[in-house]
Amino acid sequence: MSGTYLGMPAFPAAAHEAVRDRTLRGNLRHATHTIRAKRAKAVAEVSDWAALREAGRQIKDHTLRHLDRYLVQLEESVTAAGGVVHWAADADEANRIVAELVRATGESEVVKVKSMATQEIGLNEALEAEGIRAYETDLAELIVQLGKDRPSHILVPAIHRNRGEIRDIFRSEMAEWGRPAPEGLTDTPAELAEAARLHLREKFLRAKVGISGANFMVAETGTLVVVESEGNGRMCVTLPETLISVVGIEKIVPTWRDLEVFLQTLPRSSTAERMNPYTSTWTGTTDEDGPNTFHLVLLDNGRTDTLADQVGRQALRCIRCSACLNVCPVYERAGGHAYGSVYPGPIGAILSPQLRGTQSEIDASLPYASSLCGACYEVCPVAIDIPEVLVHLRERVVQGGPVTRGGNKVVLRPAKGHAAERAAMRASRWAFGHPGVLRTGQRLASRSRRFLPRTLPGPGRAWSASRDLPQVPAEPFRDWWQRTRGGKDGGDGK
Amino acid sequence: MRVALFLTCVNDTLYPDTGRAVVKLLTRLGVEVDFPMAQTCCGQAHYNTGYRHEAEPLAVKFSDVFRDYEAIVTPSGSCGAMVRELYPRMGERARAEGRGDALAATLAPVVPKTYELTEFLVDVLGVTDVGAYYPHKVTYHPTCHGLRGLGLGDRPRRLLQAVKGLELAELPGAEECCGFGGTFALKNSDVSAAMGVDKVRNAESTGAEVLCAADNSCLMHIGGTMARLRVGMRPVHIAEILASTEEEPLA
Repeated sequence: MSGTYLGMPAFPAAAHEAVRDRTLRGNLRHATHTIRAKRAKAVAEVSDWAALREAGRQIKDHTLRHLDRYLVQLEESVTAAGGVVHWAADADEANRIVAELVRATGESEVVKVKSMATQEIGLNEALEAEGIRAYETDLAELIVQLGKDRPSHILVPAIHRNRGEIRDIFRSEMAEWGRPAPEGLTDTPAELAEAARLHLREKFLRAKVGISGANFMVAETGTLVVVESEGNGRMCVTLPETLISVVGIEKIVPTWRDLEVFLQTLPRSSTAERMNPYTSTWTGTTDEDGPNTFHLVLLDNGRTDTLADQVGRQALRCIRCSACLNVCPVYERAGGHAYGSVYPGPIGAILSPQLRGTQSEIDASLPYASSLCGACYEVCPVAIDIPEVLVHLRERVVQGGPVTRGGNKVVLRPAKGHAAERAAMRASRWAFGHPGVLRTGQRLASRSRRFLPRTLPGPGRAWSASRDLPQVPAEPFRDWWQRTRGGKDGGDGK
Repeated sequence: MRVALFLTCVNDTLYPDTGRAVVKLLTRLGVEVDFPMAQTCCGQAHYNTGYRHEAEPLAVKFSDVFRDYEAIVTPSGSCGAMVRELYPRMGERARAEGRGDALAATLAPVVPKTYELTEFLVDVLGVTDVGAYYPHKVTYHPTCHGLRGLGLGDRPRRLLQAVKGLELAELPGAEECCGFGGTFALKNSDVSAAMGVDKVRNAESTGAEVLCAADNSCLMHIGGTMARLRVGMRPVHIAEILASTEEEPLA
């Protein structure tokens, strides 16, 4: 699966294929179930998990409430430490800034550490158009890039691939991007890791420009933090002469002390580790150590619009741990690509329609890509009530209403394609408002029950294609009640 | 004690046996049951599909019908969670939209008095052995809204374990959603059906004759999937098992 996210079909159509792909289903099931069980164990070890979760929620909410103040403080701290801060309102502006910064160095190659923000804005494609080649250095991102694929998971972007598929990708694609895969490469993890290591070392040692994201930005010192497992990110942020970090504005925490909470909750929620193997922090520039030029591009791209929404803003608490993906039964069957965004799974279903708006077919369908089972909310380490936001966004899709887009208040019209449903909801509300009408309908169904079809026409086919219909009973409960108890202590039938 | 039975529109229309079982069970336990005929639907389908403004009048109606009862008992974790979790939220939203406290005040009285059936039995009546007899191997599926919305915990299991003759088989992946999800079952029918098949296969692996749950809508989805897959199992609502006795066994 390649190409951009634009023009993605609605979620049900995208999921239709994935549900039938046995290899994909197997890969996802194995991976999510393994990490799900490990995460539960890692979380159970912490006696004050509930308190940590609440602390994380509060720190994020406080920061978001005073985001303007902390962003200014961050800019001052970064500048004082020798860095340069750039503000990007949207994807185009961010891509333009980064491309200009790279061009100013005279380089045509950059190494990248896995960054969701740069995936979100399509930076690699934008750089490609400027004649600059970006090499992904996170192992999973490398697999995705070599496979001309798209990431399908926040933490494990190549989760949809198994070892055999990865070996084939390495064998056929590595040579085109740099050092080829070793002769006779097998699918053992050690051999695959070594092939990636040799391939990537060349890139690290040659690159003059590194591009990174960040998990956190500490306002008080202007420090950026990357949390990772491989150490490739650390190479990216220390070896090149120029470092450009592209980070969403919501990634701020006020102080170093606040990090304490997230450095406990993030690894356990994401990789089920007590502590992640590499935590790298960088603050501006330092003589003779690390990059001598540092740029921070602060990305909005729909975030302040999201912040303006009272219910939906909690999505900005997300620390990208991916625990919600790993427990989500819908993600497990549909796979990450069906979400049409760099942010898949439950968090993607509430984040993408807020960052991008609900106008496109895919974005209007995402709030419905959930059975509202609540498992995502239960595992979220910053207590984002994802089901609540999903329902809130469903309302936005079907009923329209006031939203903020591009900093302006606009009133959305209801999305197209819901007219029949809206009519049905209104009609059923009216019928439910009149018990007599409901009762007539029930009796009609009871009396004609022998003639009711086994398969339904129209939208009902979505049910009867895979499930039998229940038998309509001979007598609805309320008729039985009135027949047997009505005269005695039954209600008044009002 | 006199309680109102809130049967939910799905139970009333498609699963009247569940309602009869609740009446039989509660009466046997000495509870006086009333069924206010003016009740219809709690509005959950409307609310969860994004039609909050269609759901609001139904919530108001629910409150009008039930507010004067001591307790409201419903054999549905999902509709129970609608009243307890989401009615207060509807009130808060109305307030946030500048519509004042009227809706919140209207809905508030019914919220704490609404109990899911197993919750009512264990917490209010204080019984786990309800004197039931059901000589079958049963596996229990905790439906999502009962499990996570109401936090029913092990109450249904404790009730089932106390049933004479009943052998309880642990369901693998019990806490995973069956894939019903209201209009989700229609809007994302492929994913919904795939989830349903996995749930049924897990249930089948227990060797149980019966899959039991506390929500007929989930059972409708699971049972419909079982029928299509021609699995030798049947879905039964927990109320029917708890109502079953040696003198009057469940048919």
